Amino acid sequence: MSKPDNALDFTTRKIDFVTFTVSDQLFGVPVISIHDVFAPKGLAPVPLASENIAGVLNLRGRIVTAIDARRILGLPSAENPEECMAIGIDKDGESYGIIIDRVGEVLSLSSDQYEPNPVNLDSRWRDVSDGVYRLDDALLIVLDIDQLLHINQAAAA
Amino acid sequence: MDDLLSEFLTETSENLDVVDIELVKFEQNPHDKTVLDNIFRLVHTIKGTCGFLGLPRLEAVAHAGETVLGRFRDGSLTVTEDAVSVILEAIDQIKELLAHLEAEEVEPEGNDDPLIDRLRLAAEGQLGGMPQVVEEDKASSCDDSSDNGAVDEPSAEAELMAEAGQELERPLRPGEVSLDELEAAFQAAEGPAETDVPEAVATTPNPDAGASTDGSQKASEVKSIANQSIRVNVDILEGLMTMVSELVLTRNQLLQIMRGHEDSEFKVPLQRLSNITAELQDGVMKTRMQPIGNAWQKMPRLIRDISRDLGKKIDLQMEGEDTELDRQVLELIKDPLTHMVRNSCDHGLESPDVRRAAGKPEAGRVTLRAYHEGGHIIIEVEDDGQGLNIERIKAKVLANDLATDSELDAMTESQIQKFIFHAGFSTAAQVTNVSGRGVGMDVVRTNIEVIGGSIDLRSAEGKGSTFTIKIPLTLAIVSALIVEAAGFKFAIPQLNVVELVRTGAGSDTVIETVNKTQVMRLRNRLLPLVRLSHLLGLNDLSGDQVEKPEVDVEPREAEFVVVAQVGAQHFGIVVDNVFDTEEIVVKPVASMMRNLSMYSGNTILGDGSVIMIIDPTGISSKVDDDLGDKGSSEEQDRASANADERTSMLLFRTGTEEPKAVPLSLVTRLEEIPVEDIETSNGQNVVQYRGALMPLIQTGGSLRSEGRQPVLVFTDDERAMGLVVDEIVDIVNEVLKIEMTSTSPGLLGTAVIKGKATEIVDVSHYLTMADDSWFVANRRVHHDPQARRVLLVDDNAFFRNMITPLLSAAGYEVTAVDCVEAAWKLHEQGHDFDVILSDIEMPETDGFAFATALKGDERWGSVPLLALSAHNAPEDIEKSLQSGFKRFVSKSDREGLVAVLNETVSNNEVAV
Repeated sequence: MSKPDNALDFTTRKIDFVTFTVSDQLFGVPVISIHDVFAPKGLAPVPLASENIAGVLNLRGRIVTAIDARRILGLPSAENPEECMAIGIDKDGESYGIIIDRVGEVLSLSSDQYEPNPVNLDSRWRDVSDGVYRLDDALLIVLDIDQLLHINQAAAA
Repeated sequence: MDDLLSEFLTETSENLDVVDIELVKFEQNPHDKTVLDNIFRLVHTIKGTCGFLGLPRLEAVAHAGETVLGRFRDGSLTVTEDAVSVILEAIDQIKELLAHLEAEEVEPEGNDDPLIDRLRLAAEGQLGGMPQVVEEDKASSCDDSSDNGAVDEPSAEAELMAEAGQELERPLRPGEVSLDELEAAFQAAEGPAETDVPEAVATTPNPDAGASTDGSQKASEVKSIANQSIRVNVDILEGLMTMVSELVLTRNQLLQIMRGHEDSEFKVPLQRLSNITAELQDGVMKTRMQPIGNAWQKMPRLIRDISRDLGKKIDLQMEGEDTELDRQVLELIKDPLTHMVRNSCDHGLESPDVRRAAGKPEAGRVTLRAYHEGGHIIIEVEDDGQGLNIERIKAKVLANDLATDSELDAMTESQIQKFIFHAGFSTAAQVTNVSGRGVGMDVVRTNIEVIGGSIDLRSAEGKGSTFTIKIPLTLAIVSALIVEAAGFKFAIPQLNVVELVRTGAGSDTVIETVNKTQVMRLRNRLLPLVRLSHLLGLNDLSGDQVEKPEVDVEPREAEFVVVAQVGAQHFGIVVDNVFDTEEIVVKPVASMMRNLSMYSGNTILGDGSVIMIIDPTGISSKVDDDLGDKGSSEEQDRASANADERTSMLLFRTGTEEPKAVPLSLVTRLEEIPVEDIETSNGQNVVQYRGALMPLIQTGGSLRSEGRQPVLVFTDDERAMGLVVDEIVDIVNEVLKIEMTSTSPGLLGTAVIKGKATEIVDVSHYLTMADDSWFVANRRVHHDPQARRVLLVDDNAFFRNMITPLLSAAGYEVTAVDCVEAAWKLHEQGHDFDVILSDIEMPETDGFAFATALKGDERWGSVPLLALSAHNAPEDIEKSLQSGFKRFVSKSDREGLVAVLNETVSNNEVAV
């Protein structure tokens, strides 16, 4: 129930989400907030940095800070890190990549499928989740990118 | 800020800088009409614009200054130093007002009447006994508007000048100022600066003058150039520079990829791209370049003021003013340069009479020189003064515990000279107005090192000094060393890297461990080491999502130590491998990692990988934390070493396995005597030694049955004694600190030498032993009635025991006491001495108090008093001389002690 008000934003129209999975759980982020989808190659770890930070990498000449979604969600490390994908986000002139397992498709979801976070959701999930969409075959959790970056920011400070 | 105002401020401050220079030139050559014209025009411009913008205070000052200049110009006033000083003062005042204006956007409250009055006096020729004015003064109205003041100018030329301003000012003054008007104002105001002939200006104002970036420094000849330049915001240039730097990096990446594909079709276009990129980089760099002359602009004025303050005559020469360097770098070196020039004038150059005496021209010369040399700019500040005084530096080095006597002896002159770059080092005997205000050369060095430069000096005593600064052309791209730790690559800025040392297998250098702290011997210094992998916690990571090679905690066979320097601190960073160096553009790390002090940024290497840039400053603070407590930092090591003096000790073994030691200074010779030569006489082992019998004393060990017997020979006056030892182990130079004093005869106590408990042998005990058993009969006979009597006051038993035999050997009769009180007791008992040697530092009454008390004494007051100290601090030396000591001798300098003693006694006898 962290952000019930945000739900109102979605009531009147359909929103396009990019879906992806982390540890078999379906997630989605609004298409407009995503800059890029890429395979994180040449990841250089940053010793001493927060464990949520997987490292830094070079994406077409820009330095991207990679954040490990599994770590943030309190999940074990990926079994096949080479097969992971990342979604690129630009925030305040800095580039971030959120490492996820697999990228799915783009779905257009209407607000009547939306529900706030279940109250019994793990607090680590609740912190970065913006609610749930009831799909026919699964539940899609909306990942709150701003909140996700904010958590790391706070951890760094 | 108002565009109008900011434009005015920029223009005016540029103009003022020119005025400064021109005025100094003018003072030296008062008949140069062009110079005067130039100054006059500039001041006039300032005045005109001020009036136009409604800045009455500025206008009043500028006007009063202009009046004086006008009088110079028409010849009605003789140019004097005082008058020029007043004008310079007025310029300074204008600068101050401008600074306020820049900050607050309004003129400060108050007025400048005192200054204006003095300017008026100067104009009337009544300042400081100046010659009378030729013409009647009409400048009394100088407080009024500029129109009136200007009209009053006596010369026709000046009137025309004034009219030029007048025509513009009159309609504009009362109301608001439009941009058009501003344009017009600047055209006209700048007008006079454009040509030497004012009339021409009044009729043909230059429409583009306002765009001049060069100010009017080069006045007439610059006209065409001025028309072609525009002002660009620095931020835009910075942005361009960053982008170009990125482009260069991308180019490098492409080139690296290409290296693997020799005959690719991309090769030719890539080559072109590469060249164009290089040209573009060059071009963009140029936009940021400024001639170094800009940083030197204030120098002539500075030199003039200094020479006035110090009463020295100084010629300033500048060479290579048009050498260009990055404006960012330029800004950063301005202050250090100014400081260095001040230093040269103040400390370097002698006063005129000293120079004359030394056969040099009266006027000292300071030369500023700049030139390019392989991607660097070299700036030299040279003076033909007295050079650096090596002895003074040495004394200061010793006083500040920066090095020991012996270390200094091993240094070359230039190494010693470089001590002036150490923190807290100023050789100036007194603080003058000009320098020595606590900002030393170390600050200069730090400032220069911050921008990746280095500073060096050459100096010859009596001939002068040259300081050389070497700075990079630009700061945007830095060179970095790529290293590997625990399988990961990191970049270390080359700026901080002093050298690279390979350790381990096949290398002379090894990493040693002191209480889990790693150190390395580097040229007789211990270098604290930090392991990069430890610092970054790479050994603790386990089960991480990224695969990491096995990390070994144990030192490897071959490793590299990157010797880094941050400020005065040296430390070594241990890495597993060192690759090459690469040119990189430092990019800031993402905000969520900015809390990590270990990194100064990150960058993309030529091979496309991202690499973290290690911040040596971050490491150095870490080194402090980690090693500070264990006392392993160089500074601490040295400080503790200097707190106690080092003594050369002879280590030997006799009887037991434990090493024993005697001060080497007491040992006369080391002999190996054939066992068959040892005879027995009167129950005592003796040997014929140099024509006399020498008793052999055993301290526990037994004589060898065959071969040669090692013997330490001690001589005390003409007596000799041999100490039989089993084995001579070593000679060490160590801080001797007796930890446990001994009650058993023959031992002074126990000290830790080379990490082992070592018994310190009391030589005097054995001497007496030999003496009593052998020389007892002839001692009195031998006793020289002429022997000088020495009173030794020292609380340290070890020194008493060490110095007593030494002095006895030199023919003195020594009475040693352990405190001043005991000395007074001897005084009461009626003892008299020829010389009194006293330690300075003693627990109850110290040497200074003793000396002061002795001064008034009728019996002992005339006895020469020598101070003994373990430290050579100049303050101590001075204080001891003040309190009545005749000489000051270091305890460690035993030969010197005897020499001084002999000299003192013989002098005294002659005097008596």
